[in-house]
Amino acid sequence: MKINDLSERQLGYILIAPALIFIFGIAIFPVFRTIWISLHNIDLRIIHLGTPFVGLDNYIAIFQEARFWNALKNTLFFSFTSVSLEMFLGFGAALLVNRKFKGRSIVRASVLIPWAIPTVISGLIWRLLYNDQIGVINDIFLRLGFISESVSWIGNSSTAMWSVIVADVWKTTPFVTLLILAGLQTIPKELYESAKIDGANKWQEFINITLPLLKSSILVALLFRILAAFKVFGLIDVLTSGGPSNSTESLSLYAHRLLFRNLNFGEGSVVSVMTFLGVLLISFIFVKIFNVDLSRK
Amino acid sequence: MRLLNKYIKKILFGLFLVVFTGIITFPFLWKFLMSIKPDSELYSIPIKWIPSSISFQRYVNILTTTSLPTYIKNSLIVATTTTLICIIIGSMAAYSLARLDIRGKKIILSLVLAISMFPAISIVSPLFLILRDFGLLNSYLGLIIPYTTFALPLTIFILTSFFRTIPFELEEAARVDGATYFQAFIKIILPLVTPGMFTTAILVFIRSWNEYLFALTFNMSDSMRTVPVGLTMFQGEFAVPWGDISAATIIVTIPLIIGVLIFQRRIISGLTAGSVKG
Repeated sequence: MKINDLSERQLGYILIAPALIFIFGIAIFPVFRTIWISLHNIDLRIIHLGTPFVGLDNYIAIFQEARFWNALKNTLFFSFTSVSLEMFLGFGAALLVNRKFKGRSIVRASVLIPWAIPTVISGLIWRLLYNDQIGVINDIFLRLGFISESVSWIGNSSTAMWSVIVADVWKTTPFVTLLILAGLQTIPKELYESAKIDGANKWQEFINITLPLLKSSILVALLFRILAAFKVFGLIDVLTSGGPSNSTESLSLYAHRLLFRNLNFGEGSVVSVMTFLGVLLISFIFVKIFNVDLSRK
Repeated sequence: MRLLNKYIKKILFGLFLVVFTGIITFPFLWKFLMSIKPDSELYSIPIKWIPSSISFQRYVNILTTTSLPTYIKNSLIVATTTTLICIIIGSMAAYSLARLDIRGKKIILSLVLAISMFPAISIVSPLFLILRDFGLLNSYLGLIIPYTTFALPLTIFILTSFFRTIPFELEEAARVDGATYFQAFIKIILPLVTPGMFTTAILVFIRSWNEYLFALTFNMSDSMRTVPVGLTMFQGEFAVPWGDISAATIIVTIPLIIGVLIFQRRIISGLTAGSVKG
């Protein structure tokens, strides 16, 4: 049968097949495989001893590990704090920039720079800024009198997590600004004009027009940001490697350490599965409770 | 009074813009400054903001004595191949989803959406074992395959929305003229979505260029490292060579920034089509 003899439906299935092969082979199947590994004792250092089925033993071991709960706590704290800040600042900036002014294109272009820089490289940049000897942040704060001596921002467990959050906010707020700005520009100007005629003030306009009309784009942006933050790996790996004393270790980082430093694939996969379930739960909450319709076009 | 008020507002707005763009660009400008400072002033305390002399020697050193050119080559090969495969497979799938009568569209679309949210860490252990068994660790293919998979959702979403904007009468006219379904796809519709493909290609390329977790895990030998992983390994044995790291960072980000500035409209439209509209 030649390709030109195909009916519409046959062609449809043939065209979509390669994408489905990738998705099933490289994403769906491996997730089940991760679950399978998490139920076996697979230690690459002693692989010759076999890979016996151990049921939920790995799960029990991980749940008794304080480091796991610490990583979960760090991940939740990081996600909640950085995404809140990003949404708040991004929304504010979008509202301010949503007008015509000179130099608008420069602002818009500069907004894309942190987005385009690889996360790891922004981690390297911030590590230099935070440095306790040659870091410019210490320099500025000393000159302004905020601090009396240099602070080791990322070498100190009380400031390390906040340092990571600030770096993430720097990298991602512009992106949020961009998404919300795009949403703002879809709101018809006439709505504001007629509100003005009805005597509404700026605040009422914001509450009654801007927020309701932006609701779905805000929720979608929020979901994407929370999921990305929940998976955080590269930024932390480069900035602090999860330290000092695991105070910035995220779930992804902890899983990666177990897998590729300890070569304990069984227990590492448990943490991978938990991260996956976390993402699933967050998406479920958004789709079911907030009614985010992601397939809307 | 009103005029004065307006004036103050204008100044405040200008101030906000300066601070906003300043904070966004400062870290990057600082890194550039570090890369051209003479060694003697790199570690001086208090920090010298204005260097007494500037030199681009570090850039020459980086490009001639380190593995950075290899990392760049690896990243280029991986990102370009991923982009090509993604565009081909993605536009086929998107055409099928947007314009052909197939069953299970809704399920497929939600599946694609689900993949776009997958945490990479949740599949890294089996992928590592599979790639090891196939001898694909430390290879280009070992990165291209997972990168393609994870960039496909974005590709399919953007291209599906592009395919939907084209009037359906075009295919019908082609059919009336005796074209087969396949010919209508290749000859009539595909050329019309070239702008969409271009936008998608930019986004997929940047994504693949920036990826870290898989690259760190699968390609451990120095000769196969990509740029993000290679740069983090630039640590030096005793002291962190900040001047060199800064120069290397600038070398690999400048092309990205130039690209972003040139294609900013396309990127913004792609980003908002891919994530705001979902």
